[in-house]
Amino acid sequence: MTIELIKSGLLTSIQDAGRRGYASLGLGRAGAMDEPSRRLANALVGNAHDQAVMEITLAGPTLCFREAAVIAITGGIIEARANGQALPPWTTCFLPAGTILRMGGMRHGCRSYLSVRGGFGVAPVLGSRSTDLHARIGPCGGRALRAGDAIATGHAAACSWFPGGNEMKALGWGLDPQPWLDYAQAPLALLRGHHFDALDDASRQMLFSGRFVISRHSNRTGTRLEGTTLQLRHPLELISEASVPGTLQLPPSGQPILLLAEAPVTGGYPRIGQLAAVDLPRLAQRRPGDAVCFTETSMDEAMDRLRRRDDALERLLRRIGQRLESA
Amino acid sequence: MPLTNVHIETLAEDAWLLRFGNDIDVEINARVHGAAAQIGAALPDIECVPSYASLLLRFDPRHWTDTQGRFAGHHLRDAIDSALRGAAVSETPMKEVVIPVWYGAGEDLGDVAAHAGLSAVEVIARHTAVTYRVAMIGFAPGFPYLLGLDPTLAMPRRPTPRASVPAGSVAIGGQQTGVYPQALPGGWQLIGRTPVQLFDVSAEPPSLLKPGDRVRFRAIDEAQFDRIATQAGTAA
Repeated sequence: MTIELIKSGLLTSIQDAGRRGYASLGLGRAGAMDEPSRRLANALVGNAHDQAVMEITLAGPTLCFREAAVIAITGGIIEARANGQALPPWTTCFLPAGTILRMGGMRHGCRSYLSVRGGFGVAPVLGSRSTDLHARIGPCGGRALRAGDAIATGHAAACSWFPGGNEMKALGWGLDPQPWLDYAQAPLALLRGHHFDALDDASRQMLFSGRFVISRHSNRTGTRLEGTTLQLRHPLELISEASVPGTLQLPPSGQPILLLAEAPVTGGYPRIGQLAAVDLPRLAQRRPGDAVCFTETSMDEAMDRLRRRDDALERLLRRIGQRLESA
Repeated sequence: MPLTNVHIETLAEDAWLLRFGNDIDVEINARVHGAAAQIGAALPDIECVPSYASLLLRFDPRHWTDTQGRFAGHHLRDAIDSALRGAAVSETPMKEVVIPVWYGAGEDLGDVAAHAGLSAVEVIARHTAVTYRVAMIGFAPGFPYLLGLDPTLAMPRRPTPRASVPAGSVAIGGQQTGVYPQALPGGWQLIGRTPVQLFDVSAEPPSLLKPGDRVRFRAIDEAQFDRIATQAGTAA
């Protein structure tokens, strides 16, 4: 089966859990920006956790399903209509053959994840179906999807949840987007970075008390923060070192950049902070113009929150599996 | 070399940085590659990413826990320490990659020669006389930062970077020399072009070079460039 893109949306790409093991050759991991949402989208359609999904940014695509399909949309809450009928968010849905799925604006969040039962059948590149838009590596030559693309889907094993038919149907239950989707936009937990002490006195304070705004020049490589300018006590001459997602770096402009899924594998800017990994998906759901405040955390606390989040995610994934089996 | 001589920076929940120094230096960089080989051999689940003076380790924190399931950094530290105390992992076979370069295609070769006070022929002779070491790969997939440039050839980057440097460009940026694997924006001085492909996603490994490899450049002419490019499928 194939899904045709009639409209691309603002920025739509195929992503899985990322491409591991090539950082020493200059290639980062890429992958879904909001990984829990990607995994939950797969679970809702009964897919294995490593299947690729469609990452949709702010304004959604229009898709044509030539054959019947079972899909789910998680992450940011996006307007989605199948032949005019509204789809409930975070819920398993059946689309009959010939469905036109029109996705509109996002009401909450910045990135939605569309899974299809059977997964997307695009060929893996270097072991992954993630699209690295910056390095131009991955499905479709490493570019964002565009109108006219036909994306193959994998083989979907039969399931008893839907009897078929000619109408969109949704299961009678779905997931509560909370706490996965952070409606309150609470402060994000930040660890002090290696060069935190090189900030001047005012900047050290501002980092944890100031209000930053996400720049419209942000992308999957990094979130650029405006609104509060930070300064070093004196310039640092640094040599290039390996960098990772979550690092808050300070270029000479004084506007910090928080590195994300497509973080370059090396960088030479001072590292003033590191976002707690548990808060990376929450940052990924903020959009240009949204505020960001940081609260200081310790590595122990960050590790503890990550472990509890992962445990909660695993429990929910198991419950979804059991519920689908008994449906 | 025990871990006591190495500074460990906790970068993220799943990432540590081992720092061996703060300079671009052949000896420090050699220690980085030695440690990467030792840790890679002893702890294959840890991803090692070498750079000039430090080694990034990315691990799964769930593999390093205490009996309560909490992350236990001392287990990881002990395992790294024991890997570094072990015998040096010999780099066999010592890989030396020869990269053919058509220096006539280097737009900035004349500028580099003028800056160095040398003839273009002498610049080529000095650039091809040395064996370089891949200090690290970064900036773009397969882009090697090479150590060993003849100091007389060092030249600052261009004041205004080019919007697009052609794929295969061999270039000098400060004390370093490198090769652009694909068309990219860049500010280094272009002294030649190679017809060989440095990064190919359909190959395994996809990168012609890896950190720690030795590299030599060999001068070729336009006709040889065209012939190799046709064979390699990199002809424009």
